[in-house]
Amino acid sequence: MKLRMLTVVTAAALAAAAGGAARAADEVVIGDIDDMSGVYADVMGAAGVEVVKWAVADFGGSVLGRKIAVLSADHQNKPDIGAAKFREWADQNGLNMLLGGSNTGVNIAMAKVAAVKHVPLFNIGPGGASLTNEDCTAYSVHYTYDTVALANGTATAIVNAGGKTWFYLTADYAFGTQLQAAASRVVEAHGGRNLGAVRVPLGAADFSSFLLQAQASGAQVLGLSNAGTDFSNSLKAANEFGITRTMKPAALLAFITDIHSLGLPAAQGLYLTTAWYWDLNPETRAFGKRFYARFNREPTMDQAGAYSATLTYLKAVKAVGSTDPDKVMAQLKKAKIDDMFTSSGYIRADGAMIHDMYVMQVKTPQESKHPWDYYKVVKKMAGAEAFGPITGLCPLAPAPK
Amino acid sequence: MRITAVAYAVLALFALMVPLLGIYPVFMMQLLCLAMFACAYNLLLGFGRMLSFGHAAFFGTAAYATGWLVTAHAWGPGTAILAGVVVAALLGLAVGTLAIRRQGIYFAMITLALAQLIYFVCLEAPFTGGENGLQGVPRGKLLGFLPLKSDVVLYYVVLAAFVAVFLFIRRVVHSPFGQVLKAIRDNEPRAISLGYEINRYKLLAFVLSATLAGFAGSLKALVFGFVTLSDVQQSTSGEVILMTLLGGTGTFFGPVVGAAVVTTLQQYLSDLVGGWVIAIIGVVFVACVLSFRRGIVGELAAARWLRRAPPPR
Amino acid sequence: MTSVFGIPVAVILGQLMLGLVNGSFYAMLSLGLAVIFGLMGVVNFAHGAFYTLGAFAALLALQLFGINYWVALIVAPLAVGALGMIVERLLLRRVYGLDPLYGLLLTFGLALICEGSLNQVFGATGQSYPVPPALAGGFNLGFMFLPLYRAWVIAVSVVVCFSTWYVIERTRLGATLRAARENTPLLQSFGVNVPLLMAGTFGGGVALAALAGVLASPIVLVNSYMGSSLVIVVFAVVVIGGMGSILGSIVGGLTLGVVEGFTKVLYPEASNVVVFVIMALVLILRPAGLFGRD
Repeated sequence: MKLRMLTVVTAAALAAAAGGAARAADEVVIGDIDDMSGVYADVMGAAGVEVVKWAVADFGGSVLGRKIAVLSADHQNKPDIGAAKFREWADQNGLNMLLGGSNTGVNIAMAKVAAVKHVPLFNIGPGGASLTNEDCTAYSVHYTYDTVALANGTATAIVNAGGKTWFYLTADYAFGTQLQAAASRVVEAHGGRNLGAVRVPLGAADFSSFLLQAQASGAQVLGLSNAGTDFSNSLKAANEFGITRTMKPAALLAFITDIHSLGLPAAQGLYLTTAWYWDLNPETRAFGKRFYARFNREPTMDQAGAYSATLTYLKAVKAVGSTDPDKVMAQLKKAKIDDMFTSSGYIRADGAMIHDMYVMQVKTPQESKHPWDYYKVVKKMAGAEAFGPITGLCPLAPAPK
Repeated sequence: MRITAVAYAVLALFALMVPLLGIYPVFMMQLLCLAMFACAYNLLLGFGRMLSFGHAAFFGTAAYATGWLVTAHAWGPGTAILAGVVVAALLGLAVGTLAIRRQGIYFAMITLALAQLIYFVCLEAPFTGGENGLQGVPRGKLLGFLPLKSDVVLYYVVLAAFVAVFLFIRRVVHSPFGQVLKAIRDNEPRAISLGYEINRYKLLAFVLSATLAGFAGSLKALVFGFVTLSDVQQSTSGEVILMTLLGGTGTFFGPVVGAAVVTTLQQYLSDLVGGWVIAIIGVVFVACVLSFRRGIVGELAAARWLRRAPPPR
Repeated sequence: MTSVFGIPVAVILGQLMLGLVNGSFYAMLSLGLAVIFGLMGVVNFAHGAFYTLGAFAALLALQLFGINYWVALIVAPLAVGALGMIVERLLLRRVYGLDPLYGLLLTFGLALICEGSLNQVFGATGQSYPVPPALAGGFNLGFMFLPLYRAWVIAVSVVVCFSTWYVIERTRLGATLRAARENTPLLQSFGVNVPLLMAGTFGGGVALAALAGVLASPIVLVNSYMGSSLVIVVFAVVVIGGMGSILGSIVGGLTLGVVEGFTKVLYPEASNVVVFVIMALVLILRPAGLFGRD
């Protein structure tokens, strides 16, 4: 008897809890679904949520007379968790806009939800260029960087510096393979050759044997088509095994947090491509200072991108005078983005936010004068050069004849 | 007895009224699918005393089968679910045949190894979409006429399926087969000495458990519209063990309670404490093993018996 | 360049060498597991977590107290071993009389607590631990460049494995431990403090894991999940070698390391699962393992 009662009580409590999931009257709701606790947690993560709140506060805290609320959740690098949470917020919490954190696979899943639920989705964290090609939707904006831009920046710089033959160490998942494909295309387009690749299981503990294979290929360049701890571990091992004496490592995706955890002695000389760096100009330095005061480290391009995307969205809402998704998306694709993140950004028909990208080289320990002084600018690429032309793979943006 | 019937009626009424109470139907459907999974697992663990460490393999593979058939081959949901169930049954037969030959820790380790292999197959197979998984699985029309797009309609379908599975498991446990299974669980040497072919009983229990787990997985594919590697991963196997343990192995309603508690915890706790959820789940595990081995339902049932004499069998 | 089956000999030899290095880790870790299972009957799912704790202990010792690698090699395993003894005393002891599967589930829960907490406190991006200067550099073997530190790992692991085997199989202490497993009341009646022995055995087993963790920290980034990816593999090794057998886990670990190395050349994506294929085969054909006693 007691047991049955308890079950009923539990169920009732569940009902109360679930029913109580706030559907606050007439707020504008912005969500952030990101990896908050896994291998990419430092790239955006909890600090990224704070940054979104700063953007909301800097905008004034309300738009069109409605308060702005910010929700956040951890997708734990699982597409099903990310998509389920997105759908729940859209159904139950009146979500108006979502910021997508790291992990291409999760963002692809969320893009599908965006298309069904008609909620604008800003992909801040992921790299996979398929988000503006096969996986594009009318409601997604790929904001910060993508695999095409990374390859156009880093691979071009290295081939031009003499690295003609390439061998890739590729993380065996969507992002890794897309990045390798993009880099291979660039290498061949500039007269280089791709000698081969080895696909490494995600999260492998030991790269030494894969690196030996890379070395055996005789290639000049070791293309690291991975990210996060995979990147750091593989580079560490490459140094340890003396691979870096005969092969030049290419960091196809690296964040400032990766360089910080590797340390300059291990990372010096690396070429990498980034959308944003804290020490570029007074505006970026101001943002960096604000971030540093709060978090004791400098922000990554994703965190800067999250700030900018939030403001861009709110400005569009204000301009159109409504949160209607179709009107806002139309406005977004007309808008010019000029803020701390980029001075000449615009959103293309396929959803890609075209802006300048920077090819950087990591400084040597001697060249670095203060904490987090890690990069020197090698080249500034205009948006069109970085992101390349429309491929026509997205139905929303047919290739020009 | 009457009180039990009344309590069940109240619960049934509550379940029927869920959409009207404003509870998020997708959450409830997720809960029901996991409860089905846990009940299926309990058939093996609670009534058969076989600890399988890789049960997510059946759950997830059926989900992939159903998802793929609906997406790539435009099968109807009913036939796709049936196909998923068949796949799970066959897989259960294969794994069970290999694993039953050993007991205890070795049995658990075989299921673990085979589950890792199945995970690898799901990862590498071209049609599963690898790390991205299967996306955009449409719900279609059940039996050709009932559109499942509405969350509310699908909720009632899933609820009906859950009730069917629950009643089926009760029937199995109370059947002669179930009695022999319990005898094997309680005293295997004696069952052997009585002339029962215990391996056949164990295998049948394993296959039944795998099949029902597959049913839960297939439904889940339609509820969420996607199937990912999480569904065949070690962590999902661990979760179902936790649900069953927490709710009470060897009871009927235990796994349901366990599923409800764990799902709700994960849903609402992760909003509050973020990544600490994992550590908290670990604490729950430890607490269950140390002092709560009978699980929620089991403890309550035991408390009830302590207050008065056990009922006559 | 000469080649076998289209693969250069240099690559094969290189993989063999690396396989030995990885195998050394597997051997040390599975040694601890085998000791705990063989002498206590407990399947320690938290073994990976103790390995991670060993690495973190070394890292924190360096960052907070400036304790260098050489001292950490001794201090970290002792600290983690002490923690293990406390865990055994307070928690594990309560499940001895029960179905061994409860011990498994208990340690599984402990692993979750440990890894989840470490992840929350230290974050997900791993931290770097420097290779001690005395072990930096390496030597050119012709077919590959072998870092000195990796050679050191092989050496330490051989010494540790052999010593542990010797202690358990050939000394009086080892005989006492084995007797405890066979007949506890009888041993206690001889005046041996069995509970202390049990706590010490568990502590010793996890100290071995922690030692492996310290050895690993200059090689991989120290992060909260470094153990969980290893622990399932290590279990497979113990099963393959024979669940109670010290020799089995040593041989099994080294062999598996080499097999994995070859798989990485021939079919790299499968390098994570080849161990399970072997484990499944062994369990089906010879469940006691290659050297097992059960």
